[in-house]
Order: sequence, then structure tokens, then C-alpha cells
Amino acid sequence: MKTFLTTTALIALALPALAEIRIGASISATGPAAFLGDPQHKTLEMLVEDLNAKGGINGEQIVLVAYDDGGDPNKARTFATRLVEDDEVVAIIGGTTTGTTMSILAVTEEAQIPFISLAGAIDIVKPVKPFTFKTPHTDRMACQKIFEDMQKNGITRIGMISGTDGFGASMQAQCKDVAPDYGIEIIADETYDPKDADMTAQLTKIKGTEGVQAILNPGFGQGPSIVTRNVRQLAIDLPFYQSHGVASDGFIELAGAEAAEGVRLPGTALLVAGLLAADDPQKPVVDAYKAMFEAKTGTPVSTFGGYAHDAFLILTDAMARAGSTEPAAVRDAIEATAGLAGTTGIYTFSPEDHLGLDLSAFRMLEIQGGKWTLVE
Amino acid sequence: MRMTAKSATLLALVILIALAPVFFPSGFYYRVGALVFVNALAVIGIVILTGWAGQVSLGHAGFAGIGAYACALAPVHWGIHPALAVLLGAAISAVLAWLVGRPILRLKGYYLGVASLGMGILIAMVLNNERWLTRGPDGIEVPELGLRAVLKDAGLDLSNGQFWYFFCGIVLILGAWLALNLRDSATGRALRALHGSEVAARTVGMDVARLKLHAFVISAVYASISGSLLALQNKFITPDVAGFMHSVEMVTMAVLGGVGSVAGAIFGAAVLTLLPQLLTIFAEYEQLVLGLVMVLVMIFLREGVVPSILRKIRGSGE
Repeated sequence: MKTFLTTTALIALALPALAEIRIGASISATGPAAFLGDPQHKTLEMLVEDLNAKGGINGEQIVLVAYDDGGDPNKARTFATRLVEDDEVVAIIGGTTTGTTMSILAVTEEAQIPFISLAGAIDIVKPVKPFTFKTPHTDRMACQKIFEDMQKNGITRIGMISGTDGFGASMQAQCKDVAPDYGIEIIADETYDPKDADMTAQLTKIKGTEGVQAILNPGFGQGPSIVTRNVRQLAIDLPFYQSHGVASDGFIELAGAEAAEGVRLPGTALLVAGLLAADDPQKPVVDAYKAMFEAKTGTPVSTFGGYAHDAFLILTDAMARAGSTEPAAVRDAIEATAGLAGTTGIYTFSPEDHLGLDLSAFRMLEIQGGKWTLVE
Repeated sequence: MRMTAKSATLLALVILIALAPVFFPSGFYYRVGALVFVNALAVIGIVILTGWAGQVSLGHAGFAGIGAYACALAPVHWGIHPALAVLLGAAISAVLAWLVGRPILRLKGYYLGVASLGMGILIAMVLNNERWLTRGPDGIEVPELGLRAVLKDAGLDLSNGQFWYFFCGIVLILGAWLALNLRDSATGRALRALHGSEVAARTVGMDVARLKLHAFVISAVYASISGSLLALQNKFITPDVAGFMHSVEMVTMAVLGGVGSVAGAIFGAAVLTLLPQLLTIFAEYEQLVLGLVMVLVMIFLREGVVPSILRKIRGSGE
């Protein structure tokens, strides 16, 4: 067995040429979070190939060492250790889910290697950890964006129906926490299991609650599609908000264009690439990524793949500016990133802010005739 | 000769754990080693329960979950030192195993399998849903054990990986030693007798239900400590540790290595922990290879790899 181990290690070591930059990734390309991780994995592979063809970073080629952690935090930690100790990478991108991210960051913080997470929870960057960054906006920001829109429309009393998975539960808690800031009262608060096939019972209860003016559904995966269909089946004629967790064309397909008509959610520029104004600072990067990803994979872009795109962009941009791959120098360069347009938003980091995005990164979208449209 | 078999297993284990690091090409292998030891510890518990007492549990990950979350929660909420939290977790697991096992194990047949399956799923659900306590599916941080810092002050400076490799290794040696002693004790002989024939064991006056209950409680403690060690070394734990797949993994490791043998438990844990690391290049085919290995073992080495090979060696020696 030991010979096996040594041989695989040797194969891994035999590949690299002279000057090269080794970047690691632990992503959930399979398992329950595969619909997030799969486009992320494809995105990274595609971008590395593209950048190498263009001459790499400061003339050095990039080697991507990517592992599939299947969404298991224990595996993610093992792969992070492997990336740091065995593959000797200079930075890690990954952590598709919050659980895997928290496992990876324990390793990268100890090894003092820059790590850019692709997961949502605010805990990842709050309190700020010296070497940990993340690209997606937080669920708290999604709540704020939604409540902002409700406020504009004079909505003050809402019903919530949330998934009990990590994403849904976390966003439910954040929304409840931030609602008073926008003068919004949550008068019905229901949950469903992500594997449930029918949510009409919970929705009937919300429908029957006196004074509900709108419904909000934090969750991802198939649950929100079922909720959307159930809302139409019960003929609930209230403004209906979804979360950024379902910001992909797959959601419209799954829920059906008819049921999804009029659904609002906070999404990224990527989803409405064609609708962006010509002078939008995000337009060039969004168009380029969309064209490249769709040509390469034949599947539509998703917000989640965009997170990986932005992580790679931030990292390579920082390495180019730092002129070295020394971890502390790269970290300092990431912290000095200002006004970098990605697909998710425009990033400006600082030593106190490792999230780099504000509410402007979200666009309020509405589904009309099976297509995404901009509300603002 | 019986004595030598036991000592030989322990000696081989000590030598393997002590000398393996000489061949490690990088610090990563300490991590893999520590994982093998943690899994092997839980699988030894399965050997006691399934291999010797003949009972099947499909919810042992639930006990690992209790051990893991005891380490995450007790130090924060009650100010207990993490090392004591390991014992607290083991005590809770033992009591729970006793409560579940006592009515069930009076029955003949595979009722424990169903009851433990339900219990494991319930524990996983509680860990997932009681967000106020466990912080739900996103997981929770686990405090530092602190022993590494103590060793550093004493002049022994180990890296994180090295420390957990040797710490888990020592716990595994202890666990294997206790299990092997149990095997040769009156209780162990009685357990194996009842596995051979429950009717015969009952006829000679053994309290069958009580013996099975003992085995179930002991194996629950093994799983709980394994969960604690995993939580403490990862310093972060999610409810996945109590998931059904983890229970199945434990049983699979035991069956692969040889469900009646402590050495087999360690071998099974080693193979199934290392395979995914070797197969990263063909990640898509990982499940396929694992399945194939299991099918081949079941067809050609029905008692599990280690006992079958030992039998072959002894057979040819005669």
C-alpha cells in the first residue's frame, strides 16, 4: 500500500515543469451540492486553460490541482491537507458549501495560505480571518435586497416558507434578524424538508393567515420549484419572492414558466447578461464568461459557476499585481483589490472586509414569460 | 499459542504505527493515517457487536455523532474540558445504547438492526434541526484539545498532523488491546458461543439478552470515542458524522476486513479510507471500484480479507 501511495505521489510530482503556479481546489462536483459544484469545477478548468494559453501569470503557467469532496466536510479537510502538504499549492479555491468551507479554512489558516471560498454564510469572513476570503454575497444581503424591494412596494407583513437545509435555515434566521430594520413583520413562518414533494399544507396555512402581503421562500435545490408550483395551484395571488439560491435557468424549467411568472428574486448580473446597459462596468466580464462557458460546456451559465470565476479572477489578479506567489504577498494584494468587476459584483477588499461586495452587487430580477428581466 | 496471536496482532500494530511515518513522502499522510485510526476504532466496536455477538447495527454513526457533538458543545455550554467531554459523550452513548438495547435485545433475530437504524436517523435529525444548540446542517466549531500545546511546552514540538497521527494511533492500540482482552475473557467466550448458537448458549445457562446488551453498549462507546477524536482533530463538525452513510461505511469496513477479527477491522478501515485518496484521479469511478472490491471480497473471501488470508497461510503451512 505504501508503494501505491508513493507512486501516486510521484506521478503527481512528475507532471510539473519548471516555472509554474500551483493552485488547489476542493469542490463538491458530485454529491448533494453537485448542482453548485459542477459548474464551479468546469469553470476553473476552463479558466486555467484559457489563462495558460494567454501566457499565464507574469509568464508562469498555472497548474490546477482539483479534488471532488462530494460535499463531505471531513473529506474536504483531508483534501485541503493534501493540497497544502502534498501538492504544495500556493492558494486554494473552493468550499462549495459552508460546511466544507469551514473545514478547509481551519487548514489554510494554520498553513497561512490564501483561501477563497465559494460558499454563502457570513461566518466564513466574520470575524475576519487573515487568509480567508469569499466571493458570493451573504444570505443576509439577499434578505436586505428583498426587503428593500418590499419596502418600495409598501409591503410590511409577510409570510415565510423556508427549507430546513443549511442554506434555507441560515437565510431564514438572517431574514428574521434583519426584517425589523426594514419595518417588515414576519407573521407566518413555515418550514419544509428539502426532500418534501408537496408544500401545500404550509402554504395553505400562510394563505389563511390574516394580513399576509407577500411570501418569501429561502431555499435551494428542487424545494423552491415545488413551492412555486404549489403557490400557483393554490391560486395565492400575492407577490412571491425567491432567494438567490435558485438564480438559474434550471429553476424556471423545473417550476414551469407559467408557475414562475412574476416571481422576484435577487440575482447577479450574469443571469441578465443580455439586458445589461452598454456602459455597465460588469458587462464585459459577464459577456466574456458567459460566451466562453456556454461554448465550452454547451450548458447555460449559473450564478454558482460565476462564484468560481470571480475567485479565480481575484486570485490571479492579486498574484499578477504582487509579482510573486508568496502567500502573505498574495493575501496583501487581494486585500488591496479595488473596483475589480466580476460576474457576481464589483469587488473592493480591505484588511477589515474579506467579502468585498455591497448590496449593489444584487439586481432585483423578475421572471416574465419564462425569462429573467431587470426590475430597476 | 493463543496468547501469541493476540500479542502478535498488538505488536504488529505498534510497529506499523511507529514505523509507517518513516515512509511518508509528505505531512499529508499523517492526516490519512489519523483518519484510518479513527475509523478503525469505530470498526473494532462493530467487530465486537457483529463479529462476536452476532448483532447488526445500522445506526452506529449516531453514537459517533453524540461523541462528536459532546466535544463541540460541552466545553462551550458547561465549561467542561474537551478531554472530559470525550468521556461525557461516551457515557451518554453508553446510556442511550443501554436504553435502546435493553428492550430490543430480548427479542431474537435482527430487530436491533431496525431499531438502531431508526435511532441513528433520529440523532442525525436532532443534530440537523435543533439549530439553537447544534447550529444545524452548516456545522459547528470544536474547541482545541490543548494537549499539543502541553507537549510543546514539555519540549515535544509536533505538527498538527503528526500529533493527531500518534494520538489516534495510541488510542487505537489501547482500543485494540481492550477488545482483544475482552475476546479472551469469559464474556468474550460467551459472546462467541452465543454467536455460534444462541439456543445452545441459552441451554448452558447464559443470560443471552444481557450479553448482547453488553456488546452493544461497548461498541457504542467505541463509536462515540471515534466520533470525538474526529471532531477534535477536524476542529469543525457537521451532522454528516451521524448520517446513515457513515453507519453503512462502518459496517462495510468491518465486513471487508473480516467481521470477526480486530486485525481485519483495522485492515478494512485502512483500505476504505485510503482507496478514495488513491482514486482521486478517477473520482467518477470511485463508487464503482468500491462496489467491485466489495463484491469480489464477498465472493472469494467470504470471511473478510484478513481471516481468509490467515486461513490460507495456516492451511498451506500444515
